[in-house]
This record gives sequence, structure tokens and C-alpha cells, in this order.
Amino acid sequence: MTLDQEFVIVSHGMLGYGFPKASLDEAVARGAQLIAVDAGSTDMGPYYLGSGRPFVSRSMVARDLDLIIDAQDRTGAKIVIGSAGGAGTDVQVDFLLDTLTSVLKAKGLRKKVAVIRTELDKATLHGALTNKRIHVFETERDLTPQDIDASTHVVAQIGLEPIMAALDDNPDIVVSGRAWDVSNVAALPVKAGFPRGLALHLGKILECGGQAALPVEGSDLLMGRLYPDRFIVESPHPNKACTTESIAAHTLYEKTNPVLLPGPGGTVDLRAARFTQIDDTRVEVRDSAYTPASQYTVKLEGARLAGYRHFFIGGIRDPRMIEQIDAIEPAILDRLKSHLGADIAPEQFRVSFRRYGRDGVMGPLEPVKDPPHEIGMLVDIVGETPEIAETVCAMARALLLHWGYQGRKATAGNLAFPFSPADMAGGEVYEFNVYHLMDVDDPVALFPHHMTELG
Amino acid sequence: MRLSDMARVVRSKNAGPYLLTFDVLFDSIETLERVRTAGRLTRDSVAAAYGVSPNEIIDFDYYPFANAVKFSIRRPHPSGSAADTDVYGAQQHVPLMMIELD
Repeated sequence: MTLDQEFVIVSHGMLGYGFPKASLDEAVARGAQLIAVDAGSTDMGPYYLGSGRPFVSRSMVARDLDLIIDAQDRTGAKIVIGSAGGAGTDVQVDFLLDTLTSVLKAKGLRKKVAVIRTELDKATLHGALTNKRIHVFETERDLTPQDIDASTHVVAQIGLEPIMAALDDNPDIVVSGRAWDVSNVAALPVKAGFPRGLALHLGKILECGGQAALPVEGSDLLMGRLYPDRFIVESPHPNKACTTESIAAHTLYEKTNPVLLPGPGGTVDLRAARFTQIDDTRVEVRDSAYTPASQYTVKLEGARLAGYRHFFIGGIRDPRMIEQIDAIEPAILDRLKSHLGADIAPEQFRVSFRRYGRDGVMGPLEPVKDPPHEIGMLVDIVGETPEIAETVCAMARALLLHWGYQGRKATAGNLAFPFSPADMAGGEVYEFNVYHLMDVDDPVALFPHHMTELG
Repeated sequence: MRLSDMARVVRSKNAGPYLLTFDVLFDSIETLERVRTAGRLTRDSVAAAYGVSPNEIIDFDYYPFANAVKFSIRRPHPSGSAADTDVYGAQQHVPLMMIELD
């Protein structure tokens, strides 16, 4: 490889969020050889992982795929899509393949697709736990066999290697389950011999798409040109610019340490990285390094069903009630439990009072303690069954509406309801219950790909 | 003067479902160094702003390459769990913004 060899990448930060078609056309005109697409995250909470439902609707995913497939058809660029469907569960991979198939059929195209599944079955997880290969991570709590049994889906966040192995079979498109967002960008150039430190750092900058270019407005694409000794970041949008500040600022985003970025198999080390503005709109980066870990690990992400939600919203304006709200809530909980008696046990439901206007946004972190003039009270019930949640919700509403707090003057009712009916069903509720690291000796073996033709 | 008067960006966001990370970005290295020298934006002052102990502040540091200050804390409740109030963690920045710099 010579130092002027170039690899051109365009990246989309969230499949289905859309991007200006002109940006993709421009990226193609500038010679994009890879269209890297991130389709998921844990950011939107545990629901999509737990339920397996897609985070972005089918029609929005299809719209983005339609444009990306057209771009591939003109150029032969590879497409790598990671974290299919939002959380990368098997059912979400299937959703993406199904959507992709419809898009290809509508165009009369057939494509070679490599599919990587990253959901782990319970036997594999129990085996790894028994063999002490699963370690505590940011939960600060060891994984238990009960966690594994209770989870609805557990995925592993894979690194570059399974995607590189899939690319060995020369697919047009790679569709992967949960993948380190960096991998979508970096797998192909690393396979071609470009240095990992640079490729992974470029991946980190490109993973959120256009967010690292100014002005940030709506979803957009971002481009990188990778060389053996440096890379250049640029926006394909005519009115957007990358600056050393915008690139460096994005390097901080959504991570605790901006200069040491651990991932599957090693750590990207940016302590010596240099960012240079080479013209008005482009930034060059050099000296991004990579240190392999002594033990290759993948992060496991799992969620379990916590119950079913029912809730109501009511406004509270009376200052006498607002003053006493801290005492009213536990009193209502006690009364609720005694009313329900033996029919519904306390461990079959939980009640959360969310007091918008007081500490509804920050909870225990809220430093402002001044009494507000009104509270938007959201009472959230999660029950073991939808029926339990509905029953407890109705009872909690009636109790709060008519609670005879001390000094009450307004005896007709304590809540201003915005809606009739006041109570609403919120469906299934999931919570993260696996967020651990698993040792793997072979980064590919657990995550083999299979080749298929779609369209 | 408050931090919000000096900084270009003050933001909070999830760093995974269990951690909350905070970024303060300044327009120039000179402003960053002025704030550092003033000594009011510290591990102790951000701990006080959030009512946590200084040893619960993760990786507090000044990062001249990005004209930035950054630190993290554990979320009071994991993202999307029963008592969580902010799934994306994007509205936890205000106590930081209100820190007095002089």
C-alpha cells in the first residue's frame, strides 16, 4: 500500500431518519466506495431490544434503502448496515431483510447479501456464565442465571472481525445484528489493509452521520477519505462544513472518556491524535492509534419484560396540595395497598409519581426545591398483567382525585384532567437486565454469516 | 458569571444505559484556560451541583484538543427503568450550566 492510496466512505447515522438526496449524489460523485449505515443504539431505551419491534418504521427504512441501493447500482459501492432494526435482535434483522427484499423487488434487482446474526441463545449464555466468561460492566452487578432466563433477547455487540469475514465472500450488502457502530465504517478498509487506529477513529466520527458537520440541522450524511497515514472528514452537503471544533466536539459525544475508546478487541487511543483544518470545510486527522486488548470481549445487551403500563395525567394547581405532595404520595400508596388487599399483592405492581414542574425531569438530581405554582402529575403504573395495571391505575386516580389532605378547601376534586378517559394503556414495559462483557477466544466463531440472494 | 455565559455548548447525554456524561464546549482554548485558571469548574463544584460526592464523578478533565471539559456520573436509575425520568439523558445539564465562575 502506498501513502497516496485512498478509500472513500460515506456514512449514514440512523437508517430511516432520512438524509438529503443531494448529499448522497454528491458522495457518489466524490467516489464513495462504501456506504456505511448504522441502524441502532441502546439510546432509545430498553423497549426495542426487549420487544424486538423495529425502532424506525418500515416505510422510513424503505425510503433510505431505496436511495442507498440506487447509489450502489450506479457505483458498485459496498453497503454495510449494522444494528439492524434498532437493537440488532434476530427478529429485527429479519425485519430489515424483509424491507430490503421489497425495495429490491420493486426495482427488479437481485443482490448478494451477507447476514450476520448476533443474538445469543440461552444455552450459550448459561455456558459462558458457568465458565466465568461473563464479567461485570457498567451495571456494577454480576450477571445471574435468573437474568439470562428472564431476558427476552440478548445480543452481543460485535466488532470488525465478523463483518470482515462476511466481506470475504464479496457480498453487495452486509446486514448485521448488533454491531459496534464504528465497525460499519472500519471493517472494509481494515480488511483492505488500512490501519485500525485511523479506520476506527474515522468510524467514531462518522457513526452519527452529519452531526459532526456545521450547521447541524436534520439528519445528513458525512464522508471520510482514509489514507495509510491520515484521514480527511468532509460533508457531502454544499452548505455544511467540518471544522476542527465540530470534529473534536463530536469525539466527546456519548462516551465517558473522549481519548480512550474501548471496543470489542481493543481500545482506540486518541491521546496523540492531531486535528488540522486543511481548508474551509475539511479536517485532516493523524496519529490515531489502536491498542489490542489482551482478551477479546464483546458487550452483551439484554432486556426483560417488566410488566404492562397504565397511566394518567392530572394537573394540580392548589398550593395547599402542592405543599403537601411529598406526604400525599406515600399515603396514597399505603391506602392503595390496603384497598387491594389480597386481590392484588404489592409485588404485582409498582406506582411512580412523576411531578412535572417539580422534579419530573431530574428526579433525585434536581437541585431546585422551590414550590411550583402547578404540577403536571403523571401517575405511572406498571403491573404484572395489563388488567392489574388498569385496576391499580383506576384506583390510584380515584384516591388522588379525592384525597382529603390536611387543610383542603377544594373538596370537589384535586386534579385537572386533560382527557376523558383519564387513564391510558401504555403497553409492554421492558428494562435492561443484561449489560455485561463476555470473553470470546475467536471473535468470528459465535457470529458466522450466511450468504443469500435477495430481490 | 455563570458557565452558560461562557460556554458555547453545555449538554448531558447517556453514555450507555447506566452512565450520564456531560460536555462543556468553549469557543477557544483561551476561554477554556481562563475557566480552568479561575478554578470554579472542578470535580468538587460539579459534584456539588448534582448533590453527589466528588468520588462519584467519573473522568472529570479539561480537554484542550476540543476546548472542552467533560465528566460523567452514574445515572440515578438506568435508562428506561421504573424510576428513570429521562431515557436519553439529554435534559440533565442545567445544574452544570448554572455553576458560578467568579
